[in-house]
Amino acid sequence: MTGPVGFSSPLARAEVLAARRPDGQGRSRLLLSVPGIRCGSCVAAIERTLSSRADVASARANLTLKRVSVVLESADADPSPVIDALTALGFPATPVEPGAVEADDPAGRELVRALAIAGFGAMNIMLLSVGVWSGAEGRLRLGFHILSALIALPVVAVAGRPFFRSAIAALRAGRMNMDVPIALGVSLAVLLSLFETAQGGAHVFFDAAVTLLFFLLAGRWLDHLMRERARSAVTGLARLSPAGAMVRQADGTFAYLPLADVRAGDVLSIAEGEPVPVDIRILDGHTDLDRALVTGEAMPVPAGPGFEAEAGTRNLTGTVQAQALRSADASFLAQMIGMQAAAEGGRGRYVRIADRAARLYAPVVHVAALATFAGWLVATAGDWQTSAFVAISVLIITCPCALGLAVPVAHVVAAGQLMRRGVLMKDGAALERLAEIDRAVFDKTGTLTTGLPRLGPATGDAQLAGAARALALRSRHPASRAIAALDCRAPEATDVTEVPGSGVEGTVDGKRARLGRADWVGEIASVPADAQSPVFGMADGGTLSFALEETLRPGAAEAVRRMTAGGLGVTLLSGDTAARADLIAGRLGIGDVRSGATPAGKIAALEEMRCAGGHTLMVGDGLNDAPALAAAHVSMAPGSGTDAGRTAADFVLLRDSLAAVPETWTLARDTARIVRQNFALAVIYNCAAIPLAVAGLVTPLVAALAMSGSSILVTLNALRLNRGAPAPARMQDAEAVPA
Amino acid sequence: MTILVLLIPVTLAMGGIGLAAFFWSLRAGQYEDLSGDAERILHDDDRPLKPARQTDDQKTGETAT
Repeated sequence: MTGPVGFSSPLARAEVLAARRPDGQGRSRLLLSVPGIRCGSCVAAIERTLSSRADVASARANLTLKRVSVVLESADADPSPVIDALTALGFPATPVEPGAVEADDPAGRELVRALAIAGFGAMNIMLLSVGVWSGAEGRLRLGFHILSALIALPVVAVAGRPFFRSAIAALRAGRMNMDVPIALGVSLAVLLSLFETAQGGAHVFFDAAVTLLFFLLAGRWLDHLMRERARSAVTGLARLSPAGAMVRQADGTFAYLPLADVRAGDVLSIAEGEPVPVDIRILDGHTDLDRALVTGEAMPVPAGPGFEAEAGTRNLTGTVQAQALRSADASFLAQMIGMQAAAEGGRGRYVRIADRAARLYAPVVHVAALATFAGWLVATAGDWQTSAFVAISVLIITCPCALGLAVPVAHVVAAGQLMRRGVLMKDGAALERLAEIDRAVFDKTGTLTTGLPRLGPATGDAQLAGAARALALRSRHPASRAIAALDCRAPEATDVTEVPGSGVEGTVDGKRARLGRADWVGEIASVPADAQSPVFGMADGGTLSFALEETLRPGAAEAVRRMTAGGLGVTLLSGDTAARADLIAGRLGIGDVRSGATPAGKIAALEEMRCAGGHTLMVGDGLNDAPALAAAHVSMAPGSGTDAGRTAADFVLLRDSLAAVPETWTLARDTARIVRQNFALAVIYNCAAIPLAVAGLVTPLVAALAMSGSSILVTLNALRLNRGAPAPARMQDAEAVPA
Repeated sequence: MTILVLLIPVTLAMGGIGLAAFFWSLRAGQYEDLSGDAERILHDDDRPLKPARQTDDQKTGETAT
């Protein structure tokens, strides 16, 4: 619908200047987000082109993050030529806001460190354990045990931290999650082994405790990597909202101010093609405003002095001066984000499937361990040491290693599949929720339609089509672009001027001609009273009026058909007029239409469906959809949508086609099935292991084999999601972002 | 069995060196762009980098991303 901020506009140039930072060595650094980097040759082309420029000291492209770090030769150089050079090369770039650079992913680093330490510990302790299992006796065995303890204690203390922290947090909140039995199992295994070592006993479980941590950390790290990759890809998408505004200074000139410094009452200059940064009232100038992302209206509206527009509206045709009505943190966008935070409360009640399993699983296992302890106490007439050993070995063997891996591994495989289909998944929980939906709710403008109009039947003097096209070719209004796509010969047009808010005027074949609003064209030609805008008219000549239709997004009809066939209800929830919403619904075969919905109205509609027991998927792109995206059970946003929509949604569609919506839904249900199978495998494994453990037959060797075996089994089962998938295309190719 | 007194410390030391090497490579930003590095090896673009302060810039650039 709307492209990224164009670098021709003064605002965009000022933004680039503001994003550049001196590096303290007489040079300056600029970090650019370049979504178009897809392969090694892109990296080579970008680096070669940029490094050969005189104003660039060095350039380094990062293929994973799709970013280019540029060091400019002088501290006060204008980086815009660098960006223009990248655009000319075919890689549109936007500066990354300075605040976003520092996001260094400390959680990921901690997980990798913990994983490395656990790996080191697991290998070395396993080496010593093999010695014990193959028959080391007496002082040698004691020595091995002491050495294992010396390695295991610091390793568990460092590598177990993510689990201990999460378990303590859950218990404090009075909840139960998967980390509680894990933390309990690991710490009891270490304590029991320490006690056994001190007693000179035969069985210690240091290897089991550390190997368990290693496997679980691997699962958790993969899960983290998946979310981190999706996050960086989303932030890499072209930014649509401005980071600042051109504000009039005391001396009458306009200067760039970051958005946070714009106050109510400031006078702003908004050039054509720029987004409106805060809520404004136009003081001077005429233009057309594209409010599709704000209200869902498909067609641009003409605006003049006194017109009030929300932040996020796009100024299409003329430069205007406007007064800021509110500061950025009180603007429409901020209100939407506030509503979004309030609406998310409903989703917060969702409990992840692994935690639901833990709620059932933990009490059963803990009661079994207690019963074992009591039973052995009675059977051995009060030998509490043996009883405790057996009870704790029950806890160790049932420690939910397979359960802890079952979900993240399946989600990571599914995320890879989705990435190949051009869908970014932000969180595994979203996939679980998507498998539960019974209704899909679509926004109209920008979601089911592309937001770019196309021409319907024209009425009037068809001979004039060529002349109309001649004028349309010179305008940037979306309606003009649709007319410019007509297949006819355009005569020469001279003296063409765009009159913002009205249309285009010029001289064609020696006569004055206008293309635009019906009443404006009526000033020079006789326009029928019922003519639809836009109209083309010539002085002393006939008129031709065009009907504009919305263009359906590719795959929209297929998506609606497949979801209806799959048994889902489909609803159209639009902020646009009833006439336009009904028209699109009719073309797609959607029966349930709700039009004229405000952002609050959209939340109310979703809330009503939720109260009726439904789980809804919301697909939308606009600012006005952002609260609804957060309120729905699960949500998707096209990559072409607003930043707010992409941030709120669980899935972001990187490709144009909506066919990805039913595909993602199908994959979500397949994943849910695999997860259930994995849980079943874990339960079967426990049914076999618990009797052995209760009978006191579990030795450290059995525990090590059983736990590794079950972990490998669930991982292999999760990999089955890759079967029947499209040919493993390169991930980079799949991330094509609609321009 | 006295050989164990020598061999076990040697094993641990070797593991420890490996661990330290991994942490070093992690801190040095070697995992910042795995897919990019995999492709980079195919481009034998051995032009010398521009002189002066280059290495420092390059290094800070890596950690900043």
